[in-house]
Amino acid sequence: MALSEFQVEPWLVLAFCSAIFFIGLAGLLIRRNILVILMCIELMLNAVNLTFVTFSKIHNHMGGQMSVFFIITVAAAESAVGLGLVIAMFRTVRSVDTDEIQLLKQ
Amino acid sequence: MDISPVFFYVFAALAIGFSLSVILKKNPVGNAFSLVMVFFAFAGIYAILGAHLIAALQVLVYAGAIMVLFIFVIMLLNADEPSFDMGRSHIGIKIGAGTLCAILFCTFVWAIKESPINIPAGRFTPEAIQASGGNTQVVSELMFSEYILPFELTSVLLLAAIVGAVAIAKRKLGKN
Repeated sequence: MALSEFQVEPWLVLAFCSAIFFIGLAGLLIRRNILVILMCIELMLNAVNLTFVTFSKIHNHMGGQMSVFFIITVAAAESAVGLGLVIAMFRTVRSVDTDEIQLLKQ
Repeated sequence: MDISPVFFYVFAALAIGFSLSVILKKNPVGNAFSLVMVFFAFAGIYAILGAHLIAALQVLVYAGAIMVLFIFVIMLLNADEPSFDMGRSHIGIKIGAGTLCAILFCTFVWAIKESPINIPAGRFTPEAIQASGGNTQVVSELMFSEYILPFELTSVLLLAAIVGAVAIAKRKLGKN
């Protein structure tokens, strides 16, 4: 079994992906800075991308890598629009803190 | 999978460490640079998984374009002073979020480990990819044949994102 020394079990890679995903989810829940929240969303998108590539490797199918290509495009569009929203929010409430968004309460 | 375990463990440890630093550091610029390191570690893992085009795109698009956008917005908003939003959030929220994520993570690992992965003989074995000119050529040929419709729709999405970002972020005419 010399070959098995040079192998990583697929479930280990998938477990690593879910670790990164849930670190991102925890950051999304505990942080109040809108920029860090956007970064956590990028982290979660990356974890999903790595899952796609791993399944592409396991199944010898290219559909996973094509999906990652399109997800990267959507992530770029999402962060462009998201950071535009951050700028608009900063202009209105002069803060990047999500606690300050309470215009409906006033 | 026949990938190098040493490189995988190194990149995985780097990615987990820096992503913890993304969510725990107080300074937004520090968060952004930790995120760059996470993206580079992910690019390394893509490369050892054989997805060379995705690895290059990861460095170009994520570590290049998206992170420049983040740094640019942090600079523009003068938001680089340490924010103490972690300390202000309720301790119950932190414990609850940590517990929820830990439980979900354990469930996922259990489900992944227990479920059998039956491997169908896909068309794109590493040897077949090598024979037809490498990962980049295979992905490009698929992109312009089988996946041509999503590829074209991507250009519409990017146009919509450009127009939307400018329309949202620009100062309203006649105000201020």
